[in-house]
Amino acid sequence: MENVINSRKRLKTTISAEQIKNLEWASRRENLGRAWYKFSRNPMSVVGLVIVVSLILVAIFAPFVAPHPKHAGPFTDFANAKIPPGLQYLFGTDQIGRDILSRIIFGLRSSLLMGVLVLALVVPPGVLLGLMAGYFQDAWIDTLITRVTDIFLAVPPLILALAVASVLKPNLWNGMLAVSLMWWPWYTRLVYGLTTALRNEYFVSAAEVTGASTAHILFREILPNTLSPILTKMSIDIAWVIIIGSMLSFVGLGVQPPEPSLGTMIADGSRYLPDQWWIAVFPALAIVLIVLGFNLMGDGVRDMFAAEES
Amino acid sequence: MTEDILTVSNLKKHFVIGHTGRFSKRKPITVKAVDGVTFSVHEGETIGLVGESGSGKSTVAYIAIGMYQPTSGSIRFRGQELFQDKNKRPRHLRKAIQIVYQDPGSSLNPRQNIKQILEMPLRIHQPNANHLEQIVYLLEIVGLPPEYMYKYPRMLSGGEKQIVSIARALATDPSMVILDEPTSALDVSVQAKTINLLLDLQKEFQLSYVFITHDLSLMRNVSSRVAIMYLGKICEVAETIDFFRNPLHPYTQMLLSSIPVVTEEEEELKPKKVISTGEIPSPVNVPSGCSFHSRCPFVMDICRQVDPVMVEAEPGHKVRCHLFTQPAPVSVAGPG
Amino acid sequence: MNEAGRLLEIKDLYVQFSVYGGKLHVLNGVDFFMYPGEKVGLVGETGCGKTTTMKAILRVLPSPPAVIPHGDIVFDGQDIMRMKEENLSRVRGRGISMIFQDPTAALNPVFTIGEQLEAVIKHSAPPGKSPTGPEIHQQAVNALKEVSLADPERLLHNYPVQLSGGMRQRVCIAMALAANPKLLIADEPGTSLDVTIQDQVLRLLRRLVEEHDTSVILITHTLGIVRETTNRVYVMYAGTMVETAATEKLFSQPLHPYTQGLISTVPRLSGGGIASGIPGRIPDYRNPPTGCRFHPRCPHVMDICRQKKPPNYQIDAEHSVACFLYEKDGSANPQKETGQQ
Repeated sequence: MENVINSRKRLKTTISAEQIKNLEWASRRENLGRAWYKFSRNPMSVVGLVIVVSLILVAIFAPFVAPHPKHAGPFTDFANAKIPPGLQYLFGTDQIGRDILSRIIFGLRSSLLMGVLVLALVVPPGVLLGLMAGYFQDAWIDTLITRVTDIFLAVPPLILALAVASVLKPNLWNGMLAVSLMWWPWYTRLVYGLTTALRNEYFVSAAEVTGASTAHILFREILPNTLSPILTKMSIDIAWVIIIGSMLSFVGLGVQPPEPSLGTMIADGSRYLPDQWWIAVFPALAIVLIVLGFNLMGDGVRDMFAAEES
Repeated sequence: MTEDILTVSNLKKHFVIGHTGRFSKRKPITVKAVDGVTFSVHEGETIGLVGESGSGKSTVAYIAIGMYQPTSGSIRFRGQELFQDKNKRPRHLRKAIQIVYQDPGSSLNPRQNIKQILEMPLRIHQPNANHLEQIVYLLEIVGLPPEYMYKYPRMLSGGEKQIVSIARALATDPSMVILDEPTSALDVSVQAKTINLLLDLQKEFQLSYVFITHDLSLMRNVSSRVAIMYLGKICEVAETIDFFRNPLHPYTQMLLSSIPVVTEEEEELKPKKVISTGEIPSPVNVPSGCSFHSRCPFVMDICRQVDPVMVEAEPGHKVRCHLFTQPAPVSVAGPG
Repeated sequence: MNEAGRLLEIKDLYVQFSVYGGKLHVLNGVDFFMYPGEKVGLVGETGCGKTTTMKAILRVLPSPPAVIPHGDIVFDGQDIMRMKEENLSRVRGRGISMIFQDPTAALNPVFTIGEQLEAVIKHSAPPGKSPTGPEIHQQAVNALKEVSLADPERLLHNYPVQLSGGMRQRVCIAMALAANPKLLIADEPGTSLDVTIQDQVLRLLRRLVEEHDTSVILITHTLGIVRETTNRVYVMYAGTMVETAATEKLFSQPLHPYTQGLISTVPRLSGGGIASGIPGRIPDYRNPPTGCRFHPRCPHVMDICRQKKPPNYQIDAEHSVACFLYEKDGSANPQKETGQQ
């Protein structure tokens, strides 16, 4: 009996490996083009993207962008303290005489770093747990994972973060740890819901009946279909993590002085309201800008993954 | 007689979907999706499995392919029991039986391109071979150019998606393919092309097909034998020509009379005595006795109480209906 | 055929959609008309533009990305294209009603049948004559009785999920007819149903349409249904009406190569194998074929087919076909001579 694979000796199509490579690159270019088209339909998404990219660049090149980089460290200049915004100090100076703009630029660094690192810490395990619990729904592993997730979700998030942060030594890293502990369950829950729906799709059954390994099914069949909500959530979460991080430093549990942090700057500056309003208001506006940028970009990310009409 | 490639004996699949009552009076609510099905598939033939919602035809397919475990009964591939080891079906059996699903939209992973979709079975069953070459070949035998490799399912038409599903099924070099309503979601001109492709592939690779559909006109032109299912049981089995020339079961006649046809000639062929009435009962609440009695124009007292057994009304033509019960009925577990 | 007295008339309708990479030129000069009391079938395969045409009639095409550069739609003497939005909502539902392919999706799962049916009855009452609560309820019960649903009083309290597919479709029919529309558009009304149930639903539809004297447009890709249910048919391909005829004539004497191909691919109950189908696939609407859009797939293609769009040739009173093969047989319809490409 002749079988399918052996009959390939009669292959009529000739296509070289190089032509296949070209096809692959052409299709990648097309995918990127389409993705950009969908992202940029809404001009506000592009605005968001510009804001985010600018903030990232500013944070990376902080020492070169900030007008007074030394002010972001131990520095005092009481002669120039509490100067309102003007030509020399664009956002004014604080109660010790440090340039607020430069401190915001460096504070941006720790904020963005926190956002990125927390997500890097939280997303992979959260997603993995959600995939496993969702795929093996009703098995013991599902019960175990969902109960643990429920427990973490039951604790008011900010209280959990404060509790953890106050037990550990207060610094940026422990602040991130605290926020991570309260953040991972949201991803597990999101992916759990998506996975329980996806596992009933025919293409998953097709892989199962052919004998695909569980790893293949989780990571090659199911996970790619969950990327859209995950990435959209991540782009909006960065903003939230930054806010929570600022809240922690506002109460003194995050970045410690003299390192600049947007939260501590607002905390310090709140004492000088309303006369020296610039000390608190500009850092607050910086936070607003960060959140706005990521949220607008998040809309674009969601559009990018939206299914196209046939 | 050539050995049968698939032998199904008194196969049952019951799903428990909930419970009624409390404590000692607690009883499970069961859906008897498949309730005692027996038939065989000969090597190289196409057997049609016809039925409407609740008939259980897809469930039979899903059991054969390994998606469900049967509640009882046996299903053997070339004599080998498919469900010997409860947990793992051996690799050579997975290769041998493949399936093409009904809905082209959800049977292909929308986030994978065609190359990745076809690679999956190749990586499992032919880990060391040159997959690219095999993929180009698979595309060729189903009539798609190699450029399609990097396309995504959403860029393909419904017919093309089904063709990719067929290519995926062939990738494991199967002996039997279960086709679950492969063209129901397609337009009629695309259906013609797809069916012709399936028939060509069957000839070239000596495949056996279990062709599941609700479209009797299609069945007439594709299969050599037909089995009609209603609420989990087979009502009638016959060679195609006998079946259409002389449909015996009242449900079969009801099905045939409901088909919209395009020529006067076909209109003449439709049974006139039995017009469709009544709703299809839910498989949770199967009527007592013969499950069709609530809609049957020839219903007798015995139909409401006793479930008829399958009898051979003519050679090769079996029917399960009290109208044909002879004094000595042929037993259910007979040869296909 | 005189133009006065036509219930619905579509003249030379063009519809485009803006997408990634350009524009989809979907409708390419669609012509359609019907008289009151007719049952007209609209046959075409997926992607031919039949749903787009119907949505254009009701003006529910999402306006980016859809663009209507040209065309007229006149319903019951009113110019739909230029009508104001407030007046349009009177036409939708009361003048024109629709039944959709999937009755499950058409019914709101969180409201009872009664709530949905009564809402339709209330909204479709003529202005100034709002019926009272009990009157509405009675009308709802009558509507369900009319579609042969047993125990209507109890059914009104059920949710759609408690009903079978056939019953849901009957409810949708009841809702569509409750407003006593002049025109009922049925979009693939039986496709998601089992064939025995589909038969019952279509027989019901035929009976009701006779009783109410409603005009019907039946959209489908199943040729057998068209033959049983309509008296005139339009065949649509790639955004153009390629042929129209009285139903019996279309099936006994199909003229357009696409119609012929389509009818030949339907599997016959009498056997005879499966025809080889129509080669090729539907065109890419971003770059549709020049001239006749069917020419790349046509077994009788000629040079002129690649260059000019074929006009509608009138073969007899009801039968016209848009194909150059019939240039000598019919008289060309003058307004189609200069179509846009």
